Amino acid sequence: MTELSLHILDIAQNSIRAKSSLVEIYIRENPEKDCYKLKIKDNGIGMDEETLNKVTDPFFTSRSTRKVGLGIPMLKQNTEQCGGSFLIESTPGGGTTLVATFGYRHIDRPILGDIAGTMLILLANENDTDILYRHQTLQGEFNFDSREIKNILGGVPLVTKEIRQFLKSMILENLEQIQISE
Amino acid sequence: MTKIKSLADLRKLKDEVQSKIQLREKGDHPENLVHIKVSMATCGIASGAKETMNYLVEELDHQGIDAVVTQTGCMGYCYAEPTIEVLIPGKESVVYGFVDKVKAQEIIEKHIKLNELVDGIIPANYKTLED
Repeated sequence: MTELSLHILDIAQNSIRAKSSLVEIYIRENPEKDCYKLKIKDNGIGMDEETLNKVTDPFFTSRSTRKVGLGIPMLKQNTEQCGGSFLIESTPGGGTTLVATFGYRHIDRPILGDIAGTMLILLANENDTDILYRHQTLQGEFNFDSREIKNILGGVPLVTKEIRQFLKSMILENLEQIQISE
Repeated sequence: MTKIKSLADLRKLKDEVQSKIQLREKGDHPENLVHIKVSMATCGIASGAKETMNYLVEELDHQGIDAVVTQTGCMGYCYAEPTIEVLIPGKESVVYGFVDKVKAQEIIEKHIKLNELVDGIIPANYKTLED
């Protein structure tokens, strides 16, 4: 996967499958420290130690439809190729936290990509899991909280055409304010 | 300079949309709508399922076809990703493989609008004569 937003989509789906009610996605950019950090935290069912030790194995998955997992190992490989690090912590019943860091100026660091699209797809998940997205740069930060959005919308579905287009441009415009462009 | 959209703007938009929906919704139950499921696990994402999904959503919006597009997990046809499942009310569901933008367009034009099957079907619900 060439874009960070694709990784986020992929990893957050794990959280949604793990019956989380909230998935928190944090990105912190710090060019001064040459650090680009992605953190994804959920409050799902978590994993025991044995499972946790296997998640970075490309041939491990909890699915029954196929025999390879690949999602987490690919992100791990990507961080390691970019002079970064990868960490995943989990306790059964206590949710899972994943931290991936990249060298900010590393030439292979994946671009953020279509993050607005990722958010819209995640928002429309079938389990009604809430999503929090916080993006920090040296210029400021942007917060996107699906609980706030749902609160405002009342019963109006998120997937309505007008709402979807609004949210998309809201995310893009706000990210531009803190100087992130695709 | 244009103003940046905020949550306050969303509140305004909500009222507009709400009145529109109420007008439209009579007799418009989700189970009567065409439903498209896009397989969006690691295998699908890596093969471009996100683009396919965005395209489907945009094109259906653009053509004014009322349909629900949702994501689903891996259906086990990783070799044929991106895969989509098309459910038309009252009909058996059909799974298509290798759905890029061109294929998605064809599926909308032929399968959804005209009810003709398109090449590229994965025989998911394989049935024998005894069934």
